[in-house]
Amino acid sequence: MELFTNQVLAGIATGAIYACMALAVVMIYQAIDHLNFAQGEMAMFSTFISWQLMQWGIPYWWAFLATLIISFVGGIAIERLLFKPLAKAPVLTNVAGFIALFAIVNSVAGLIWDFTIKQYPSPFGSAPFLGSQLISTHQAGMIGVTLLLLVALYFFFQFTRIGLAMRAAASLPESARLVGINTSWMIALGWGMASAIGAIAGILIAPVVFLEPNMMGGVLIYGFAAAVLGGLTSPLGAVLGGFLVGIFENLAGTYIPGVGNELKLPIALALIITVLVVKPAGLLGRPIVKRV
Amino acid sequence: MTAMLNIKDLRAYYGQVQALHGLSFSLNEGSLTTLLGANGAGKTTTLRAICNMVRSTGAIEFEGKPLSGKSTENVVRLGIAHVPQGRGTFTTMTVEENLQLGAITRSDSKNIVSDIERMYAHFPVLKERHTQQAGTLSGGEQQMLAVARALMLRPRLMLLDEPSFGLAPLIVRELFRILGKINREDKVTILVVEQNAQLALELADQAYVIETGRIVMSGNAKEIATNEDVRKSYLGY
Repeated sequence: MELFTNQVLAGIATGAIYACMALAVVMIYQAIDHLNFAQGEMAMFSTFISWQLMQWGIPYWWAFLATLIISFVGGIAIERLLFKPLAKAPVLTNVAGFIALFAIVNSVAGLIWDFTIKQYPSPFGSAPFLGSQLISTHQAGMIGVTLLLLVALYFFFQFTRIGLAMRAAASLPESARLVGINTSWMIALGWGMASAIGAIAGILIAPVVFLEPNMMGGVLIYGFAAAVLGGLTSPLGAVLGGFLVGIFENLAGTYIPGVGNELKLPIALALIITVLVVKPAGLLGRPIVKRV
Repeated sequence: MTAMLNIKDLRAYYGQVQALHGLSFSLNEGSLTTLLGANGAGKTTTLRAICNMVRSTGAIEFEGKPLSGKSTENVVRLGIAHVPQGRGTFTTMTVEENLQLGAITRSDSKNIVSDIERMYAHFPVLKERHTQQAGTLSGGEQQMLAVARALMLRPRLMLLDEPSFGLAPLIVRELFRILGKINREDKVTILVVEQNAQLALELADQAYVIETGRIVMSGNAKEIATNEDVRKSYLGY
C-alpha cells in the first residue's frame, strides 16, 4: 500500500510538470490552432538561461524571476519574427516552422552550453517532505509552484480585462476585432505567457532529469499526452490531464510487468492515440465544429 | 447637417470576384439610415468594407478622416460599432462578460459599470440572465445582447447587419423600437442593413437601395416606402 501511495504522489509531482507543459501547449494551440513542437526546447533554453544567471552569481529566485521575464519577451519575439508571417500559411508550413525552431534552439543550446549533463539546484532541497518518506521536499515544491501558477492564471483570465480580451481573441477572433481587440498582439501575448510557463516547468524538472539540451524531449511528449487527454481547448483539462498522465505513468511503470522505465515513453504515445480514437475532444475539451 | 460617413466609389473583392462596383453614399450625423437590397446585392460587403474586413478600393471617410489602411480594431476604436451578421456572440462567456468586452477599449471603468446598468435598463431580459452563458440565450436575446455589446463602445456610429434575421416579428418590432430610441436619445448615428424592407423603412429616416453592388435608389425613407414602383421593382412587397 505504501508503494502505491508513494507512486501516486510521485506521479502527481511529475504530473505537475506535465501540467505546466500541457498548459503552455494549450495556450498556443488556443491562439493559433497549432501544436508547438518546440515548446520543450524553448523551456530547456530558458532553464539554461537561469542556470547561466546562477553561474554568474545571481541568487536562485532572482535568476528564476529574470528567466521568466526573458522567456516572456523571447516568446513574443519568436511569434513576431517567425510565426506572425506564417499566420495565413498552410498547416504543413507551420509544422515545418515549429520543427525548424526545435532544431535551432536545440543546436544553439548545445553550441553555447555543450551537451554534457549538468547539475541543477533545487530551492526546496531533497529531504523527506514533512518527515514522510513518501515524497521529497522538491516534489512537494513542484506541486506547490504549479498550483500557485494555476491559481494566478485563473485569476488573470477570469478577472482581468486583458485576460478577458485574450479569451475573446482565442474564441472568436473576428468578433474580438469588432470590439476593438488587437488579436494579433493577443496571440503574441499568449506566446510570451506560454514561453514563461514552459520556463517554470523546465526549471522545476531540471533537478530531476538534469540539465542538458535534450532534457525536455520526453517531458514534452507527456505534456502533449496530457493536453490531448484533457482536451486541447481546455486549460483546466490540460492541468487535469497532466496530473493523470503523471500518475498513470508511474503506476504503469510499477505494476505492469515489463514496462519499467524503458517503455514509459511508448505508453504516453499509446495514451495519445487511444484518446484520439476514443474521445478526440479529450476529457474537458469541446468538440471542434467548423462551419465550411 | 454634415456628413458623418462619406463613401465614394467603393469597390470590394472576394478573391477574384468583385462584389461592389463603385458604391457611393453618405450618412448624416444623427441619422438612422437603412441600406436595402436582395440577397447578394452587397449589403453585408458594404458594412464589412467600412470596417476593413474585406479587400476594397475607393474612399471611406469617417468624420473627415480616411479609414482606408486602418485595421478593423482601429476602425472600431474611432467609435464605429459593428453588429455582424450572425451576431458574433461570445457564446462561451457570460452575458456580462460579453458586455464588458464591448467596452474593452475604454479606460473609464466607473462609467463602464453604469453603462452596463443602462444596457440592462434598455434590455431587461439581459439583466435577468447576466450570469448565464451567452450561448444559452434565445436568438432574440442574443441579438439584444449584440446591440448592447456594440453600444458599450459608446459608438458615434453603429452598423447593424440584418438584425431582424431569424427573429419572430414581435421581437423584431421590439428591437427596432429600441434602436429608434437609442438613435434619438443617445444620439448614435445608425446604419442598418435589412432585407425586411417594410419594417426598416418605418424605422429609418433615410434609405438607400442597393442592387448588384451599386446604389440604385436613395432618398427619404417615407417617400421610398410609398413609391409603388420602387417597392415593386426593388423591395418585392
